[in-house]
Amino acid sequence: MYVIIVGAGKVGLNLARELIDKGHEVTLLEADRRRYLLVEPELGHVVHYGDATELWVLERAGVQRTDLVITVTGDDEDNMLVCQVAKEKYECERVIARVNNPRNLQHFKLLGIQPVVSATDLILRLIEHEVPRYGLVHLLALEEERLEIIELEVQSGAPAAGLRVAEVKLPEGSLVISVLRDGRGFVPTPETVVEAGDQVLLVLDAGLEEQITPVFSHVGD
Amino acid sequence: MFVLIVGAGRVGSAVAKRALAAGHEVSVLDEDPLSHERLEDSDGQTWEDAGGLFTVGRALEVDSLLEAGVQRADVFIASTDGDNTNLTVAQIVQRRFSVDKVVCRVMDPGRAAWYAQQGLHTISPTRHAIEMFEQALGLDS
Repeated sequence: MYVIIVGAGKVGLNLARELIDKGHEVTLLEADRRRYLLVEPELGHVVHYGDATELWVLERAGVQRTDLVITVTGDDEDNMLVCQVAKEKYECERVIARVNNPRNLQHFKLLGIQPVVSATDLILRLIEHEVPRYGLVHLLALEEERLEIIELEVQSGAPAAGLRVAEVKLPEGSLVISVLRDGRGFVPTPETVVEAGDQVLLVLDAGLEEQITPVFSHVGD
Repeated sequence: MFVLIVGAGRVGSAVAKRALAAGHEVSVLDEDPLSHERLEDSDGQTWEDAGGLFTVGRALEVDSLLEAGVQRADVFIASTDGDNTNLTVAQIVQRRFSVDKVVCRVMDPGRAAWYAQQGLHTISPTRHAIEMFEQALGLDS
């Protein structure tokens, strides 16, 4: 596979090393002269000096025949526009972009750039998973559909503990889709009794978490 | 018309003042509070006293665009000093806020031409300069 990586910072340089190790052909583009000179002794002709937002720099790197373009500069506009041009002008089928500021995520989506990788987002998701707030874990967010799937632990003494699924008072727009108990999961029926210690999976309209959490938490907490 | 101009440098501020004088409603967004001075008219009348709007903020922050009135803009002009910022914000405004007329300054003639083909109204000062020099040299015939 031929891969063009834009940005020879820590991420770009290490990506280049890994991909070369795996036997891929790589060109790394770096717009900063000093950074380029730092990387060049190791990578030689693999690294090119130039601003990848300029069309001729991309063309010189062989964008027309590339299988994949990865943009990992520290500048979101650059990452976005290089991917856009690679995809739409040079018909490169696969692009991957790094998002530095999570607030720019929406812009990448609007321009049709995906997949994207946001370190901040990844770390936040890890934190949420490792240190769940009220035992709540976001498993999946379908942003286009405005739906989320969350996982909650049923605390003893919670309003839902000991009730049948049909009796649990959930806000409209939410549904229990799975119960994990004693290491196995099953899809509940309205008759299934929710027990303290269960992990329940719910699908819900985005933004309903706050109404749902109290149902499965112990009120005195 | 409501005109929103992002980037109050020499070009942006001059266009803003002309548009205001022509009777349009004009809002200017720039990340540098000092750029406001460029909007004063020659008699020292402030931009606000002349009826203009000014917001300090970054072009790519949706909150700044909203504060500057992007939702009621009829015309959007991207004239910051960065091609990449201009191209990005112009496309966002065109696609997300459906502004009728979006005009974008792009120094790089290559990308100005390609984005123009994609339906973005681009203006390339570099392209114009090249043409003027060619004319001056008599190379345009």
